[in-house]
Amino acid sequence: MLAQDDFFLAPGIEWFHLGPVIALVSGALVLLVVGALTPRWPRGLYAYVTALTAAVAGGLAVFNWNDITDDGVSTLVGGALAFDTFAQMITITVCAATLLVALVTDDELRRAGKDGPEVYALFLIAATGAVVMGSANDLILLFLGLETLSLALYVLAASDRERPTSQEAGIKYFVLGGFASAFFLYGIALIYGGTQSTNIGEIIGSFQTSVLLDGKDTLVLAGIALLIVGLGFKVAAVPFHMWTPDVYQGAPTNVTAFMASVGKAGAFAAMLRVLVIALPFHRDDWRPAIWVLAVLSLVIGSVLAVVQTDVKRMLAYSSISHAGFILVGVEAAGHNAGELAPGDGMPSVLTYLLLYSVLTVGSFAVVSLVARNNGGDTSLDAFKGLAQRRPTIALALTVFLLAQAGVPLTSGFIAKWGVIQAAVEEESYAIAIIAMVAAVVAAFLYLRIMVSTWLETGAESTEREAVPFSTGVAVFSAAAFTLLIGVWPGWLLDAAESVTTYAK
Amino acid sequence: MQAVVLAAVVPTTTYYLVLSAALFGIGATGLLVRRNPLIMFMCIELMLNAVNVTFVALAVRFGNIDGQTAVFFVLVVAAAEVVVGLGIIISILRRRPGATADDLAELKG
Amino acid sequence: MSLFLRDYLTVVWFGLAAILLAGLLLGVAAAVRPSRPSKEKLIAYESGVDPVGMGWSQSQIRYYVFALLFVIFDVEAVFIFPWATAVERYGWFGLITMLIFIVLLLDGLVYAWKRGLLRWV
Repeated sequence: MLAQDDFFLAPGIEWFHLGPVIALVSGALVLLVVGALTPRWPRGLYAYVTALTAAVAGGLAVFNWNDITDDGVSTLVGGALAFDTFAQMITITVCAATLLVALVTDDELRRAGKDGPEVYALFLIAATGAVVMGSANDLILLFLGLETLSLALYVLAASDRERPTSQEAGIKYFVLGGFASAFFLYGIALIYGGTQSTNIGEIIGSFQTSVLLDGKDTLVLAGIALLIVGLGFKVAAVPFHMWTPDVYQGAPTNVTAFMASVGKAGAFAAMLRVLVIALPFHRDDWRPAIWVLAVLSLVIGSVLAVVQTDVKRMLAYSSISHAGFILVGVEAAGHNAGELAPGDGMPSVLTYLLLYSVLTVGSFAVVSLVARNNGGDTSLDAFKGLAQRRPTIALALTVFLLAQAGVPLTSGFIAKWGVIQAAVEEESYAIAIIAMVAAVVAAFLYLRIMVSTWLETGAESTEREAVPFSTGVAVFSAAAFTLLIGVWPGWLLDAAESVTTYAK
Repeated sequence: MQAVVLAAVVPTTTYYLVLSAALFGIGATGLLVRRNPLIMFMCIELMLNAVNVTFVALAVRFGNIDGQTAVFFVLVVAAAEVVVGLGIIISILRRRPGATADDLAELKG
Repeated sequence: MSLFLRDYLTVVWFGLAAILLAGLLLGVAAAVRPSRPSKEKLIAYESGVDPVGMGWSQSQIRYYVFALLFVIFDVEAVFIFPWATAVERYGWFGLITMLIFIVLLLDGLVYAWKRGLLRWV
């Protein structure tokens, strides 16, 4: 017999506002179940279904954005998910990257005779995890999103069963990723110990009340330390970066593109949610740690990138250096976290994530084209003479590399300028100067690849790279976006500037 | 009479927090010093379950349900990690029986 | 010694008693029995017939898939039990939510089945 007086109040399920997540999950399920029940789908259909799903999810996020600007921020499903433009911006970033990666993957898998729904379903599941990380208003939900993303990425990294390096990348990523997840989770547990809740709104509330619990500060500070370790691993910040080069090099190139874009966007979204949104009352405690991570990542990422000989490893170290730049933005956001005028830190990070995601997918797409032509070789030598064989592809690669270096009139300049300006506004001059110096050092790396591409000639016997339609579309649109934003960045900056976050 | 008094003594939450920190430390140390992929993998599970002890102890202390529901989710995540991890480990051991973490060193630079 | 630790003293006494008893029984047996080892006596006992192969044999690797599938579906039950204890209280909302959850799980099962993972080989 149940007690009559305790009445269960069901949380509201806002189906339409949950649209992006539902679209991604349904896409993954359709691919898995229908894909398993029917014979092999005709050429490229798996990839196009994936791309379509990502496009639909991104479109729904735009609808949500309009709803939020009209009606203000709120929460969904009983306070578990935040419904704010921050979440929608992350969703759009993740969906754009997933769409491009699906197009690049299509040909890579079909040519190897390994076409099937599994890889695409995993892409969509990982994207769901990243979207949940961007919208979580509860630390446990954030952890679930993180694990959904990470578990899918472990499998994806090991998905090429014929290459031992892929398996090695998978196990390395799995062990270190599991290690980081455990730290992150322990951090959540200690924050819960200090604040009696895992809900971000209630955590903020617990700092606003003057009731003092014994040991609250100790628990929360230890929790913050553990959270920073866990998040540091996931965003690949020095000194938690040692897995990055091996995993980026060993994983199939399209998966590397996915990790560098969606993985990074999800991890940084989680970092902003946890540190800037949930723990603004401790901003003076975590900001110095972020400062150190940012400086180390900038310096070590840029310097080690220059001495590599494998292009995938170079891009891995360059992604560490990019993580350093994004951390500069996080540090800037830390100065005024929780205030009414939070400054430019958060918008600059979101802009950087979107622009970098497109850039990095484009770069790795070109790498995958070259690698396939050379039997999987991604050393610098494989890029020699690319300009003679495929001038348009070489041109696109040059655009991506110039943008990664932060040359004006490309999107990379807008991204780097945004974070450095945010740092300067908060008077973090030291970190801004270090970031600029690191950008100059890293530019040398991109120059090395460009010299190989344009000035050196490859072996006579090298055939022209085949450029399949879908990959070509992905590379071309990524390059066009890079140049378009470089010349005409106003609308994106305005959108990022207007980003709202739910925090009560 | 004496026995009843002893049973009524409840160890404080601190005991459990220390226990959990010790388990977490053992797991983390084990992961760093052991070279067998299966043992490293067990260490990750130990770390996750150490956190579960913290969650339950705190939930009992606060008398709220948040911590206990968190344990459910962590359990499921740990199980999913088991499956994915074992899958990857088995596919490696099939190719190279008896491989340790030191053998996996094709990627470096 | 705190009261909490004194609770565990019982466990220590039990442990000591167990070791003592087992040691005593085995010790007495070893002291009184005759000892005449022969080759036949040392081989593994296998229901009276001569044993085949080594005592250490590896179990088939193909069983691991079943173990993994079991772990996943077994653990999901953790979400169903709390719901089942208060089915009436959660009403239609709970029922529909749980149905969605179970359909998602079934999707995984359908996939495993179609990929031939459930076939006994």
